[in-house]
Parts: sequence; structure tokens; C-alpha cells
Amino acid sequence: MAERLAIYRRLIGAQVRGQASYRASFILDLVGQLVAPAIDVLAILAVFRVARTLGGFTAPEVLVMFGITATAFALADTTVGNIEKIREYVRRGLLDAVLVRPLSVLGQLLALDFTTRRATRILLGAAIFVAACARAGVDWTPARIAVAVLAPLWGAVFFGSVFIGAATVAFFWIDSGEFANGFTYGGRDFTSYPINVYSGVFRRLFAYSLGFAFVAYYPALTLLGRPDPLGLPGWIAWVSPLVSLAAALFAALAWRFGVRHYRSTGS
Amino acid sequence: MRWVPATASPRTGQLGRGGYSRPRLLIVVAWAGFRRYSTYRQATVASVFTNTVFAFLRCYVLLAAAAATRTGSAAGYTPAQLALYCWASQGLIGVVMLWGWNELSDRIRSGDVVSDLLRPTHPVATYLAIDLGRAGIGALLRFGVPIAIGAIFFPLYVPQSLATYPLFVISVLCAVMVSFGCRFLVNASSYWLLDSRGVTTIWLFCSAVLAGLVFPLHFLPGWLTWTLWVGTPFPSILQAPLDVLVERGDLGYRIGVITGQAAWAAVVLALAVLVQRRAERKLVIQGG
Repeated sequence: MAERLAIYRRLIGAQVRGQASYRASFILDLVGQLVAPAIDVLAILAVFRVARTLGGFTAPEVLVMFGITATAFALADTTVGNIEKIREYVRRGLLDAVLVRPLSVLGQLLALDFTTRRATRILLGAAIFVAACARAGVDWTPARIAVAVLAPLWGAVFFGSVFIGAATVAFFWIDSGEFANGFTYGGRDFTSYPINVYSGVFRRLFAYSLGFAFVAYYPALTLLGRPDPLGLPGWIAWVSPLVSLAAALFAALAWRFGVRHYRSTGS
Repeated sequence: MRWVPATASPRTGQLGRGGYSRPRLLIVVAWAGFRRYSTYRQATVASVFTNTVFAFLRCYVLLAAAAATRTGSAAGYTPAQLALYCWASQGLIGVVMLWGWNELSDRIRSGDVVSDLLRPTHPVATYLAIDLGRAGIGALLRFGVPIAIGAIFFPLYVPQSLATYPLFVISVLCAVMVSFGCRFLVNASSYWLLDSRGVTTIWLFCSAVLAGLVFPLHFLPGWLTWTLWVGTPFPSILQAPLDVLVERGDLGYRIGVITGQAAWAAVVLALAVLVQRRAERKLVIQGG
């Protein structure tokens, strides 16, 4: 075990050094990572310049949801986000080389494309979350503190599962391109807003069938002490960890199934 | 090193490889680009799916914003105009190809770019021709499907004036050239940095919002909107053709918008040629 960890440490270290060696590019990349959440916040504020409320929620209240989402997504993106490179590995036949090495396939793929740069976004997301809670006037109780600390964590488990689950598609669909992005980045954007702004099949699919409603929306309602405009009871926020666990289980099974059914492209 | 025409002098001979005249050669290259991108069918399906998901997302959010205003319209867009704006913007991503073009950067890193310099046409012209061909197939496959899906789920605005359609085509053509010029410049940073990842990251984050993909730029304070419009090429890539399509303002405004796009297309393409010339002086082909 210790030996394996040492190998992973060396793989990750080599990646970090490799990327840092193109210094100008590395610094620009870091700047970009700082700019991105700022732009996302500006996008929300721009919408609120036009409208006072969105689905009955004020700007600070929506930013609470955005803060949970941003922190959770950044955590997942830093740890397992680079799994989205798998489609390149499958398409070019590079996965064959990964399969013959005596380490776990998932672990290797994560270590091979590891980037530290996304980590800055975790701190920014958390800062936005805390500031939004202060502006929205959250009335802190022990239960709410627990939700505030845990929601980004179980949200990260959920997004991580989405990353891995969506990446599994690459095993069966060789040129799946941006397909996974619809669920990963699409899911992130979905949970950045109150889900009562969506409607119809689209809301049912993303909010409840895929479970994105439980990442930020219900925990945020608990923090804000607001009833659900869609009519679900208040304790529903505590279902979130179960949803995340179910998602993780599903992703693990899908991944195993995918690896077993991998057929090389032969190139 | 300098770009040397591989054929007879440009003024007299005018003959490229295979006996094609130079403009004819670029048309053949554009046709090749059209055919090349028409073979990526699976990736096209995947992209259309993703564009559709994002169109649903943005459309619901913008419609909720419009519903919360006193007049029922947001920054001068009616709900039907906003809906068309969202679905057309997601469709246009595939036409202007906002992201995902690393070809030149990869060729610079690998050294393959040297064979671009041996071609009888200027590298910027060659890549632009390929890109226009690609935009042609993109307009056929990636623009139509999201609009059709959007029309099923939302009441989309229908352009009232017949003049809008040819104006929209011209506007999109300008948008493709501006987008191509910007992407060329982002890729060309590899000539100096060897790794364009950082520049690409910044382009990725800035282009979406500043081009008007996330929300119409008219949501911003007026002075900021116009500063962006005049001072940066981004609004020319999506906001401009979308304003033409949803018939914002009067005809004069839309013609002004297209003129602005044409000016930006000229600027970024001229910059691309200039950067390419500087790069060729500096270029060292690494490895063998």
C-alpha cells in the first residue's frame, strides 16, 4: 500500500513539475482559474440587474446555492475532474498501456493528468459561499452549521460520481466528445440556480432523476430557513448525503462495468 | 525563417500545386474542411446533445428573469426573443467554433507546422479556408437541430422582416472570421510559450461570457456593454449575429452591428498575419 502511494506521489509530482516548467503558461493558467469563478458570479449579478428576484429568490440567496455548488464542484474537479480525458485515452488506444500496468486504472488516469491549478477554485468557492451566507442573513444554528460544512463535501462526492459516471460512456461510445460535459458542467450550472426556475421534463430529469436538486438547492433552503416552493418537506435536505452515496455507488459499478467491457480501438 | 511562396511569383504565375489558381486552391481547401468535419458524426451528435442541455438551462433562467420584471421583458428582449437568443446561441457555438481548436498549437509543439510554411498559400489563409468549410457543415448540422428542439419546448421568436435572413448570414460569416482570428492568435501563442494551455484557459472563460453566451450583454450597464462591443472582439462572435437574428433595434442598428463585426474581422485577421510573420522569424523547429 505504502509502496503504491509512493508511486502515485511520484506520478503526481512529475505532472506538477512538468506543467510548471512552462512558466508563463502555468501562471496564465492560475490567473484563469481565479478569473473563472469571478465571471460566474458576475453572470449571476448581471441577471439580477435585470430582475429583482429569480424564482422568488434574491441575489444573495441564489449566491448561497452558487457558493455550495462552486465549492463542491471545485473539490470534485480537483480530485477526479481530469477523468474527462479518458475519451482521448480510449480514442487513441492509450488505455491499453494503462490496463497492463499493475496499478488501478482509475488511480492511474487521475494521477497522470493531475493539476494543482484547479485547487485555487475551492478556496474562492468557499469564500463566495461564506460571503453569500452573511449577505443573505443566515440565522446560524448547530444544524445549519452542520449543513453549511457538509453540503459542499457531499456535493463534491456527488459531482465526483457524475464525473466518473459520465466518463464511463467513453468506453462504449468511442467519439463521445462533449457528451459528458452536458452532465458535469451542465449539472454545475443547473445547481447554481434555484430549481423552481426550471420546469417540465427538464427539471424532472436533472433535479430528481439525476439528483442534482440535492446538491445545493435543498441544503440552501435549510440554511435560509425557507420552505420549498415546490412543496417538498423541510427534512428533505438530510436526504442529500444518501443521494451522494447512491451516486457514488452507481458510478463505481458503472466504472467497473466499463473497464471490463473495454474493447481497444486497435490504434 | 520566412514564408516563401513555393510556386511562381504571386503576380505572374498565379498557379498553385496541381495547377489550381490560388483562389481556386483555397476553395478546394475549404471544401476539404467541409468534408473533413462532416465525418465526425459521433462527436457532432455529442456536441448537439450538450448544446441542447445548456440551451434548456440558460433559457429557463433568462425566462425566469424576464418573468420577474414589471414589463415582462428583460433589457428590451421579449420572452420569445430571449428563447430564440438562447437556442440560437447554443447552435452558433458549433458554427463559430468557440472552443476546442488546438490544431495549430499542437502542430507548433510537434514541429509539424513547418509543412504549413511550405504550402503555396499563406498559413492564415489556408487555416481560414479550412475553418470556413468547417463552419459550413457546422451551420448545416449543429445550428438546425437545437433550434428545432427549442421550437418544440418554447415559443421562439420568428424574425418578421425578410431582410433579417440575408443579414444574419452575413453576420454569421463575419462572426466565424472573428472567432477564427481570435483562435488563431490563442494558438499562435504557442510559438512563444510552447504550451498554450494558459492562454486557452483564459480564452475559454472570457469568451463565453463576453461573447454573450451566458446572458445577453445588454443586461450589463450601457457603458460597459458598449466598451466591450467596441473595445473587444468577443461581442462580434455571438452577441452581434444574435441581435441581428432576434431583430433588436431598427435596421440601422443591425447594419451598424454588422459593420462593427466586419471591422473586428479585419483587425483580428490582420493581427493574425502580423503575428504569423513575427513567429516565422522566430520559429525554431525542434526535434526531427
